Amino acid sequence: MSGDREIPEDAPAHCPGTESEDAGKASACAGCPNQNICAAAQPKLPDPDLSKIQESLANVKHKVLVLSGKGGVGKSTVTSHLAYALSEDVDCHVGVLDIDICGPSIPQIMGLQDEQVHSSGSGWSPIYVDDNLCVMSPGFLLASPKDAVIWRGPKKNGLIKQFLRDVDWGSLDYLVVDTPPGTSDEHLSIVKFLSEAGTSGAVIVTTPQEIALLDVRKEINFCKKVNIPIIGIIENMSMFVCPKCKKTSIIFPPVENGVSGVAQSMEIPFLGSIPLDPLIGKCCDNGNSYLQLHPDAAGTVAYKNISQKIKDYCISLNESKD
Amino acid sequence: MENSSLSSVKNVILVLSGKGGVGKSTLSVQLSLGLVHAGKKVGILDTDICGPSIPRMLNLENASVFQCDQGWVPVFATEDEKLCVMSIAFMLNGKDDPVIWRGPKKTAMIKQFITDVHWGDLDYLIIDTPPGTSDEHLSVVQNSKGKVKGAILVTTPQAVAVSDVRRELTFCRKTSIPIIGVVENMCGFVCPHCSECSLVFSQGGGEALAKQEGLDFLARIPLDPDLAKCCEDGKKMINVFPDSKTLNSINQLVDKMLDNPN
Repeated sequence: MSGDREIPEDAPAHCPGTESEDAGKASACAGCPNQNICAAAQPKLPDPDLSKIQESLANVKHKVLVLSGKGGVGKSTVTSHLAYALSEDVDCHVGVLDIDICGPSIPQIMGLQDEQVHSSGSGWSPIYVDDNLCVMSPGFLLASPKDAVIWRGPKKNGLIKQFLRDVDWGSLDYLVVDTPPGTSDEHLSIVKFLSEAGTSGAVIVTTPQEIALLDVRKEINFCKKVNIPIIGIIENMSMFVCPKCKKTSIIFPPVENGVSGVAQSMEIPFLGSIPLDPLIGKCCDNGNSYLQLHPDAAGTVAYKNISQKIKDYCISLNESKD
Repeated sequence: MENSSLSSVKNVILVLSGKGGVGKSTLSVQLSLGLVHAGKKVGILDTDICGPSIPRMLNLENASVFQCDQGWVPVFATEDEKLCVMSIAFMLNGKDDPVIWRGPKKTAMIKQFITDVHWGDLDYLIIDTPPGTSDEHLSVVQNSKGKVKGAILVTTPQAVAVSDVRRELTFCRKTSIPIIGVVENMCGFVCPHCSECSLVFSQGGGEALAKQEGLDFLARIPLDPDLAKCCEDGKKMINVFPDSKTLNSINQLVDKMLDNPN
């Protein structure tokens, strides 16, 4: 996994990476001022925190990542509404983890802007939206919604680790992880940190236009490179139903077969389409659950179908393990 | 000198937004095309390393970068060489290849984009950024210090997007980047069947933000499937839909950039 090598910014060309077995010994290292340091370092042992994370998530049955190469396609909206849909069954305990450090939207979407995290003996307590639905987000750690988190990669990775290791998640059936756009620090870190605890799979969200699909193909190849199984792909904002004349229009024009075409050609399941309904955006702005306020809307039906498919996937995964 | 390749660039403008998918790349492209139309020489630097969209929007997907004595030669998007572009997409073998890089590698790439590209004489260099306030943004700011004329903040009208843009604003203030103003994108959708304007992502969020923070409100751009179509096909809106209302809003923005030379 070439992306995970720790190569210093000013390293010589072909540096094998400071954590590589060849560090200090490769031909590229000759003449590098840090050659002795690299060569003398102990071979890298696995991060001891990985097993701590595994311990702390021991009672979390399924971990689902929500990914998308592109921003603004509705990852946070989909994450929160899948969590609402999964938690409709009162016996199903659901956690939402927001790892979009620089732009956390989950607190606003779920109506939790003014919440703060409390520490207890067993770690940070997540914020409870309902008896069986809890949330953790970097937004809860900021003093004001205006505050910017201007951090480079390593600090972001540290916080993600803390969210997994130090939060008292308790026993959960599903932990749904909302990610920022891209294929960079946050994504590599969450995959690495969950490597021992095990990730059930990733759900990929996209809008139908080719510009977004371009990034989605990158994200699918990312999942393949880091060995994360893909549960399926969701098409968001698929069509717009005019509230006045009830005719449908296509705002983000798809190419060829759009999302289902990509799913087919890359051999991953297509989970469903969610319409572009202005009420979804409104519910998110106000921090309400669209599923609760509009139980009969087409979007609600779509969300419920998709969450059922994800449930089925996770259950079948468990059965095949046993 | 650190930023010598920017020495003959008159104006450097950043296009920023805390949130993704609000139209940063679309706006960067449209603004650049508008400036070119007004007779200026423009460059676009795409610093979104993990999700570059600019090449597709300008129909340059198969272009690649060449080396000359002064550095990398950017790719020209128009025949008269008035618009040039640099993006990581020009260096990838396949368009589906992911760039799975952590911060330091992205930082090094951006530094090279700013210092090693032979931009030549430009009136404007538009820098398109990824969402957030992290590695890419800090690197752009560090490497173009003193050259940045200002930043345009792009938002969509809904509260969730505006709250991320507020964070970007704090970023600009902390790094002392002047803010040119706010653009509200995707603010209403005119139904092609009944001409009813629906507020898909509500309305007025960007304008309210500008007022509250004492910033200029630069333009309001509607959610126009024609514009999306042009971006998809890499066509220039001015050629395909010369009478579009959306184009008027974009021109308003271009005029403001032209009026405001220093």
